[in-house]
Amino acid sequence: MDSKIKELPVIWLQAAACTGCSISLLNSASPTIKNILIDQIIPGVHLNLRFHATIMAGSGEPVIKILEDTAREMKGNYVLVIEGAIPTATDAVYGAIGERKGKPVKMGDRLIELAREALAILCVGTCASFGGIPAATPNPTGCQPVKRFLEANGITKPLVNIPGCPPHPDWFVGTVASILLNGLPKTEDLDDNLRPLAFYGKLIHENCPRRAYFDEGKFAKKFGEEGCLYELGCKGPITYADCPLRHWNSGTNWVIGAGAPCNGCTQPEFPDLVAPFYEKLKDVDLPGIGAYCTAAKEAK
Amino acid sequence: MGRIVIDPVTRIEGHLKVEAIVEGGVVKEAKSSGNLFRGLELILKGRDPRDAQLITQRICGVCPQSHGIAASLNLDSAFGISDKIPDNARIIRNLIQGAYMVQDHILHFYHLAALDYVDVTSVAKYEGKDPDLNSIKDFISRGALAPFVPRYEGDYRLPTAVNQQATAHYVKALEIRRLGHEAVSIFNGKVPHGVGVIPGGVTTTPTTDKIMAFLWKIRVLQDFINNVYIPDVLAVAGAYRDYLEIGAGCKNLLSYGTYDLEGRDPDLSRRKRLFAQGTTSADLKPKPLDLNKITEDVKHSWYEDSTSGRNPVHGETKPQYGKEGAYSWLKAPRYGGKVHEVGPLARVAVTYANGDPQMTTLVDGALAELKASAPALFSVMGRHLARALSAKFIADSLDKWLLELKPGEPTFTEYTIPEEGHGVGITDASRGALGHWIEIKNQKIANYQCVVPTTWNGSPKDNNGNPGPIEQAIIGTRIRDESNPFEIVRIIRAFDPCLGCAVHLVSPKGQNLGRFRVA
Repeated sequence: MDSKIKELPVIWLQAAACTGCSISLLNSASPTIKNILIDQIIPGVHLNLRFHATIMAGSGEPVIKILEDTAREMKGNYVLVIEGAIPTATDAVYGAIGERKGKPVKMGDRLIELAREALAILCVGTCASFGGIPAATPNPTGCQPVKRFLEANGITKPLVNIPGCPPHPDWFVGTVASILLNGLPKTEDLDDNLRPLAFYGKLIHENCPRRAYFDEGKFAKKFGEEGCLYELGCKGPITYADCPLRHWNSGTNWVIGAGAPCNGCTQPEFPDLVAPFYEKLKDVDLPGIGAYCTAAKEAK
Repeated sequence: MGRIVIDPVTRIEGHLKVEAIVEGGVVKEAKSSGNLFRGLELILKGRDPRDAQLITQRICGVCPQSHGIAASLNLDSAFGISDKIPDNARIIRNLIQGAYMVQDHILHFYHLAALDYVDVTSVAKYEGKDPDLNSIKDFISRGALAPFVPRYEGDYRLPTAVNQQATAHYVKALEIRRLGHEAVSIFNGKVPHGVGVIPGGVTTTPTTDKIMAFLWKIRVLQDFINNVYIPDVLAVAGAYRDYLEIGAGCKNLLSYGTYDLEGRDPDLSRRKRLFAQGTTSADLKPKPLDLNKITEDVKHSWYEDSTSGRNPVHGETKPQYGKEGAYSWLKAPRYGGKVHEVGPLARVAVTYANGDPQMTTLVDGALAELKASAPALFSVMGRHLARALSAKFIADSLDKWLLELKPGEPTFTEYTIPEEGHGVGITDASRGALGHWIEIKNQKIANYQCVVPTTWNGSPKDNNGNPGPIEQAIIGTRIRDESNPFEIVRIIRAFDPCLGCAVHLVSPKGQNLGRFRVA
């Protein structure tokens, strides 16, 4: 058929995760997941999803062979997507991906092999980006974010973090499309946490429809009440994401739209430093939200 | 004698490895292992109890909502407000969990299971005008067939036209399940990992616009279930009739029931629910539920033997990787000392056994259409059929419940977190009986235990050496071709395993892996 269509190989690896990021991607509305898997995601390019354990037809040895063939035969030409943090504790095998010579290949070892030859790495979700839930205290399996793990193993590659628990499908699709259309992101396209500013450039609080309540000091004291959710634990003042404008599930609703406080799930602080989720933020100098953030950044 | 190892079993949630010893073409022994560990129960210790609702959802991103419900019921119980949840909140919880479960059943049949029966490559021969099928035809002609190939080969039986139509339904079902998530998010903010269900009730308030938006999304789901999903399951079952016998399993079924129809009885095991609580067996006679009969054995699990045989109220999680004779991170829950299967088959059969008139009509009607009788329910296709009937039973209730909402009336009850206390929350998740247990000390979580569906179904042998339900379903199966053991993966997937849950603690779930070999 049309030989001008370029196949972009993609390997999607799941580490210490819950599959929620993958399920969220299935919710992509425009393009749909069918468009992403079957059609040309942008004219002339088809994403060739060579490995994804939740949806691919095959099991066992043949699919492990795909991983190994891709690293060997497609050097520098494939995109590696990681969902989940990397367990590094050494007292047990907490996560393995296939076997070699009868022994399990640890997730981290598999990641190193695939990362070394990848064109670029996309860390999908807060676990891959920052450690997230499995890295929460006491971090029983020694989970690390992908970037830190790779750097400790001497690997640096173009890498973008797309956090969120889970991330909005648009954040993933938009990042991929931007790379295809404009090339790998430049330094000025990403924030200090390597998140695309296009999606994570503003605080939830800046665009929140309940912001007016905050400014006039009208706070909900219990669930179901009108008012700003700050005192019910909202982490919107320290959380970067465009949820208030984009909305979730095909634009149907979002967290604060359902009367619930933002739990800060796109942040490196998630979950330990944004919990308890239903307690008011501590140590935040209000109403100087912007000033707080500037100070926090300078302190880093 | 052959040894078949399938690792990983894909198109499930989580990391599952299955080994089978084959003798004379028949499986003599099977071992199901949960291979990964995250430790979420350990992470929960010392936290604010209210956070359990959000953190336990992260056990599994495929069906987080059931954990949110179980955690909230558990916390309601620990906070002493189980009987004080406003009806609006009870109903909204049912709507959230119900719409979630319906889309989850659709996802399972079309996107996790169907590729074992439907040959997508038959679309290469498509000559019609359906734009979806023509785009798939283009896709096939370009030659990069991932993620649909490679696969086990050798037993695709549907006629070409049926394969093509089923492939079109695979694509349509992607849209339908997304719509199901949209319905959930109306009351739940977003999914996966929604925020609407909390101890004390729900965060959201019912309004007419939300009710109407929900209603018409449910209408689309109902239409799909009646006109596409159930007919497709019947068509597949008709073409693979031997799978109405294959994979019978242990034939003891356990359901916690789900969807509270009243909210005043603090004992969840007695509360009136849409799906009945209890157990049943091959005779399809009902027996009541008694949570005290649950124990968790760990003789063959990587946990210290000192924790074996306990009721979850006194459960403990003390990992001991590499323990002699152990082969799984999953514990082995048993009910009255016996192996029990949980899931859609269990809750449908228990509800049927209790004589629910609508369920009786559904089950008898479907069996008649297949020219089969009740024993056929205990099989691979019986499980797929029960899942489809579960979806219909729920979807047909959602619109009725929706109209019972009373805008303007409360959705939340206030509470204080006790210094000390215990709680229990039981429900049926998409994949079966789900229980959460909590112990609170100094207003913090002192202990949190989850006993989840796949821990029941995917459990290893118990202290008495009895294999778990999936293991029993595989044992005795005739394997036609040991290098393409599609019988085994079909049996496993009919249970819809979720290892992220089963080894919650466990996890790196992901399926990662894979290896398959005949040794």
